Amino acid sequence: MAEEKVMMKGNEALAEAALRAGCRFYSGYPITPQTEILEYLSWRMDEVGGEFIQTESELAGVNMLYGAAAAGARALTSSAGPGFALKQEGISYLCAADLPAVLIDVMRIGNGLGDIAQGQGDYWQLTRGGGNGDYRTIVLAPNSVQESADLIYGAFDLAEKYVHPVIIASDAAIGQMMEPVELPPMKEHDIDSYDWSVKGCKTGDVQRIISNVCFYGHKNYEEYLTAKYREIEKNEQRWESICTEDAQVIVVAYGISSRVAREAVRNGRKKGLRIGMIRPITLWPYPVRAFEKLPGDLKGFISVEMNILGQMVDDIRLATDAKYPIEFYGTFFDVPESERIIELAEQMLQGQGE
Amino acid sequence: MKEIICAGFGGQGVLITGMILAYCSMRKGEHFTWYPSYGSEMRGGTANCNVKISEEEIASPYAKHLDILLSMNDVAIGKFEPRMKPGATLFANSSLLSEDRVFRPDINVVKVPASQIAAELHNPRGTNIVMLGALCQTTGLYEKEFMKESIDEYFAKKGKVNPGNSLCFDAGVQAVLEA
Repeated sequence: MAEEKVMMKGNEALAEAALRAGCRFYSGYPITPQTEILEYLSWRMDEVGGEFIQTESELAGVNMLYGAAAAGARALTSSAGPGFALKQEGISYLCAADLPAVLIDVMRIGNGLGDIAQGQGDYWQLTRGGGNGDYRTIVLAPNSVQESADLIYGAFDLAEKYVHPVIIASDAAIGQMMEPVELPPMKEHDIDSYDWSVKGCKTGDVQRIISNVCFYGHKNYEEYLTAKYREIEKNEQRWESICTEDAQVIVVAYGISSRVAREAVRNGRKKGLRIGMIRPITLWPYPVRAFEKLPGDLKGFISVEMNILGQMVDDIRLATDAKYPIEFYGTFFDVPESERIIELAEQMLQGQGE
Repeated sequence: MKEIICAGFGGQGVLITGMILAYCSMRKGEHFTWYPSYGSEMRGGTANCNVKISEEEIASPYAKHLDILLSMNDVAIGKFEPRMKPGATLFANSSLLSEDRVFRPDINVVKVPASQIAAELHNPRGTNIVMLGALCQTTGLYEKEFMKESIDEYFAKKGKVNPGNSLCFDAGVQAVLEA
């Protein structure tokens, strides 16, 4: 029987679904708009027999995560804004050591301290990586409370499949709002599931080592790493396309912006506009396959994001070999408006007609 | 689509008021979003939540064109009255308003002495429930018995049912009938 629906904030749904996926370790530091994750886990983790640690800093949070992941646990940390920026060093280390872990960024607005309002300004940091070196992480972007639960529930499997960190890219709107959600069933994770994790070692046992310079002594590290990223790019692209088959304008948006884009498609279609939407669910790997079969009379794209510089535009351009005009509709502080998207779509169609 | 804001001082239960409306809509199988003011809110500061209820999927959780404003104090009215649609309904806690308070002429104003009623029922924390009773009687958003049941169920899940809530709700209904 399906579980009864409950009312939850996006942040709480992330926390509860992580536990249900077998996560038994959390280390992190509070910052709005993601503090409900800590608040929730501070009592709930105890009930499921896990460890919750409010660390002295974000750096301690991500480095404890490194330790717990090295021991084979399903481990989680979370932050936002400048706090998530502090985790970049740790993310680079997780990649260096080939460790699976799940991190949550509940995006807030602005550079530096910024403010606590919703934003989507961490796209470059999330998809290109803010740490040193040569890495990317899998990035999943939910657009509802339900999808917050669903994506993090699968994120630990994904992280372990590729022994690689996975980041959930939420935002303050998705994290703070309550919606009905059906939670997935409780799973237990065996900390000894993998032969790569470190554990107590008796004399004569083969010593297991997690090293952040794992390329030393690695057979064919370059080939290994190239193949790992190619596999992820090949297997893990996720997206949702609606009304794209005959579209003349395609709106591209993720997270909270994609809900407004969907409304623009619904209302635009009622007005006779042939408008569609591609919603990336993985921000990396970017769902380039969604852009493979495009309608013959497509005029262009509109990227809708809550930032000023149009961070996703580059990825749309790459996915389409720069063959189409790409309009950018960005907002700062406010959630985008579907009326404005429809206006821009109309302008794009008129401009092409001249 | 119904767009609602519940607003007042922190501690007056405005977030819970919105959650009860959201809970009613969940029991009806409708779509809803509930979105709080968050961050630096505290007891005595201002607090509000946006509730949207719809048959269809909801895009943004922000309520910009209000059908209903449930206000617990004067500040809340000043802040959110401009966002109300013409013909929308404002519920005002008249216990905390001056009698000569002027409202927008193109909206319906329902004045409920909610703080006073709740105090008379020895349940001052039920002020928001008095307001919900008035809302129910005026708008018919949900049936009375269904809402009362939902309120008790909502608090039962939190392990703290107060029989006084039912009395507060009825008194809110009565206040509208007698107005």
